[in-house]
Amino acid sequence: MSNKKILSGNEAVAYSAYVNGINVLSSYPGTPSTEIPEIIGKKFPEIYAEWSVNEKVGTEVAVGASIAGARSMTTFKHVGFNVAMDPFMTFAYVGANGAMIMCSCDDPGMHSSQNEQDNRSLAKFAGVPMFEPADSQEAFDMFGEAIKVSELFHIPVVFRMTTRVCHSSSVVDLREFKRVEKKHSYEKDVKKNCPIPAFARLQKVEHTKKMAEMKAYSDQSPLNFVEKGDKIGIVTSGITYQYVKETMPQASVLKLGMTCPIPAKKIKAFAASVDKLYVAEEGDPYLEEQIKALGIEVSQSKVSLKIGELNPNRLSDFANDIYGKPVSPALKPLGGLPGRPPSLCPGCSHRPVFYALNKLGCMVAGDIGCYSLGLMAPLNSIDSIICMGGGISNSYGYERAGTIDKPIVGFVGDSTFFHSGITGLVNMVYNKSKGTIIVSDNRITAMTGHQDNPGSGKTLMGETTEEVSIEAICKAIGVKRVRTIDPYNIDETVNAIKEEIAADELSVIIAKHPCMIGGKIKTVRRFKVDADKCKACGQCFKLGCTAIERGDCVDEAKGRYKSRINPILCVGCGMCSQLCKFGAIVEK
Amino acid sequence: MKTINISLVGVGGQGTLLASNIICEAAMLSGLDVKKNEVHGMAQRGGSVVSQVRIGDKVNSPLVPDGATDILISFEKLEALRYAHYLAPDGVCYVNNQEIVPITVATGQAKWPENIDEDLKKIPNVKVINALEEAEKLGNMKAANVIMLGTIAANTKEIKKETWIQAVKNLVKPQFLDLNLKAFEKGFNLAN
Repeated sequence: MSNKKILSGNEAVAYSAYVNGINVLSSYPGTPSTEIPEIIGKKFPEIYAEWSVNEKVGTEVAVGASIAGARSMTTFKHVGFNVAMDPFMTFAYVGANGAMIMCSCDDPGMHSSQNEQDNRSLAKFAGVPMFEPADSQEAFDMFGEAIKVSELFHIPVVFRMTTRVCHSSSVVDLREFKRVEKKHSYEKDVKKNCPIPAFARLQKVEHTKKMAEMKAYSDQSPLNFVEKGDKIGIVTSGITYQYVKETMPQASVLKLGMTCPIPAKKIKAFAASVDKLYVAEEGDPYLEEQIKALGIEVSQSKVSLKIGELNPNRLSDFANDIYGKPVSPALKPLGGLPGRPPSLCPGCSHRPVFYALNKLGCMVAGDIGCYSLGLMAPLNSIDSIICMGGGISNSYGYERAGTIDKPIVGFVGDSTFFHSGITGLVNMVYNKSKGTIIVSDNRITAMTGHQDNPGSGKTLMGETTEEVSIEAICKAIGVKRVRTIDPYNIDETVNAIKEEIAADELSVIIAKHPCMIGGKIKTVRRFKVDADKCKACGQCFKLGCTAIERGDCVDEAKGRYKSRINPILCVGCGMCSQLCKFGAIVEK
Repeated sequence: MKTINISLVGVGGQGTLLASNIICEAAMLSGLDVKKNEVHGMAQRGGSVVSQVRIGDKVNSPLVPDGATDILISFEKLEALRYAHYLAPDGVCYVNNQEIVPITVATGQAKWPENIDEDLKKIPNVKVINALEEAEKLGNMKAANVIMLGTIAANTKEIKKETWIQAVKNLVKPQFLDLNLKAFEKGFNLAN
């Protein structure tokens, strides 16, 4: 019987995790991976699912569950893998008992990310199998194969997806859709599970043997298959396969689903069957370099696929070039249109903090979250952004450089504080920093779509839990000056920051106000501009609120347009009315 | 059949998601292959958003090549101009008659196109639909997205009207079904 459903790649993985008997899921949210744990948490109570505080912890929980005999998985965005590397590299030697899947969702084109790292290299680096689905059906089917391979070779498996696979939807045949429960027994084995040097040396040898077996497996895998066409051969994987089929249906294609280890024999045979071999891959030359290392000649197109996300336009240029046809000029969008970049939502509690930091002329180390938008005009208040939790330690680095004569502030959110901000703050206490840290605490992990975190009092499975106190943590690790403010009060916010940057010791300001959207806050207040009182001074525009617009009437003295408040976008936070010196912004 | 390429563009929060989900459902109910793409995350924060659906016997890429969109639906006027190059020469374009001023214009960094209505007329086979106004007449401005969906249905002969209605029934919450069925009918009629 057909059991078809339209699913995104992420949904397909969640459904497959259910069918294939995953027992434990521990993840940290990150676009484009977030929906996998969300769906599991919401739909499949048979799976224990949690938001872990960061990707390292999430991986460690899944590793522990695997050692104890359960089937486990963790998910993260590509940069989250960096945080998970420590347990991952060693667990590759130690090896899984119950299956253990590391689901890495990469973001070519950086739709929502700070870099474009191609995590396929990490599977090769650790020496573990990797699978790359090209659409939702493959994601559903291959995830089962990943579980099988993990238990066959007793090894963690990388399941690598990309934004277009995660967030594209297509028809999936769920077949029987019946859950298989399988738990493995645990037997104490310190030689296997405790890689002290004497044991780890033996495991390295074992692991190398496993690699050879996995290579043979990859050569036999039906997930690596040939579609015969003309004498032009294309090796490809993941979403790029779809663009190849679309733009050069006549070519011979070697489609790789298992991309670590690569199927060397199959690639050699394929290369021998065509006149010219090309590699079409998104991101790094991961396949290309390994194929060249086999001694196979890889032909090059003048059309580079190297930087950014691929799409049918780029592959069509690539196809035209290798088939000797002219590359048609790209269709260009109309020039001169005003941009529509994302911006902080109306009523966002990060906004007044940035307004204050800008006003006080601070040098600010920012962090990863909605609040990266604080760098944009008119708030202009962030100097650097590097990584999760980095706002704290980067600001401390500014301080130790001794080169800055502006007030220095480190900025993090609540979830980033729990993720990896705390360790940076301990470092500042220990090393006698006199810096100022702001935790902009909106009670939710907002940017990835409002997930709960240790401060929000709810788990992924919807249970009530302890609300971990940021204030108590700061005090417990030895920060003497800790104060909590409501950033909606702009004067209080400006004054608090002014006082703390003047203080001759380390201080933490917790700017606490729930996210308007994540907290599902409905306000009844709405504001409007009294055009008779508005002097077109432009002060309210300094907040950068999208609900404040250029109005229709002109102030004759200044020759400038007065402001207007968009009634659909205004959420009634009233911050603009606090800034207006003329009392022109009033409640409706 | 020739693959049908549909692009829906607008501003984060305008309801493109429900519309594109209904298209997928209608395609699946018709026994056709379908793929959809959309962008999540940061772009949703008041940014420009694109969702695409492709329907055919066998669909590979979830992305529509530039200049190959058969039906371009814009939920906002400026976004119609921004993505006009998506449209195939013989494609059709429906634009919701709504203006949402971007932050760059509100803060004076950029200028709103002065003759936007004239600029829109340069798009081939374009039709402006008062979806917001019509939705308000039906009792809820939020139904504007399903009015726009109706214009798509009127242009896809491969999917029967009853199938579209079934898809709406499958995906819309019961308490909003009556409103959305009326909105669908409205859009279907406005398209012609």
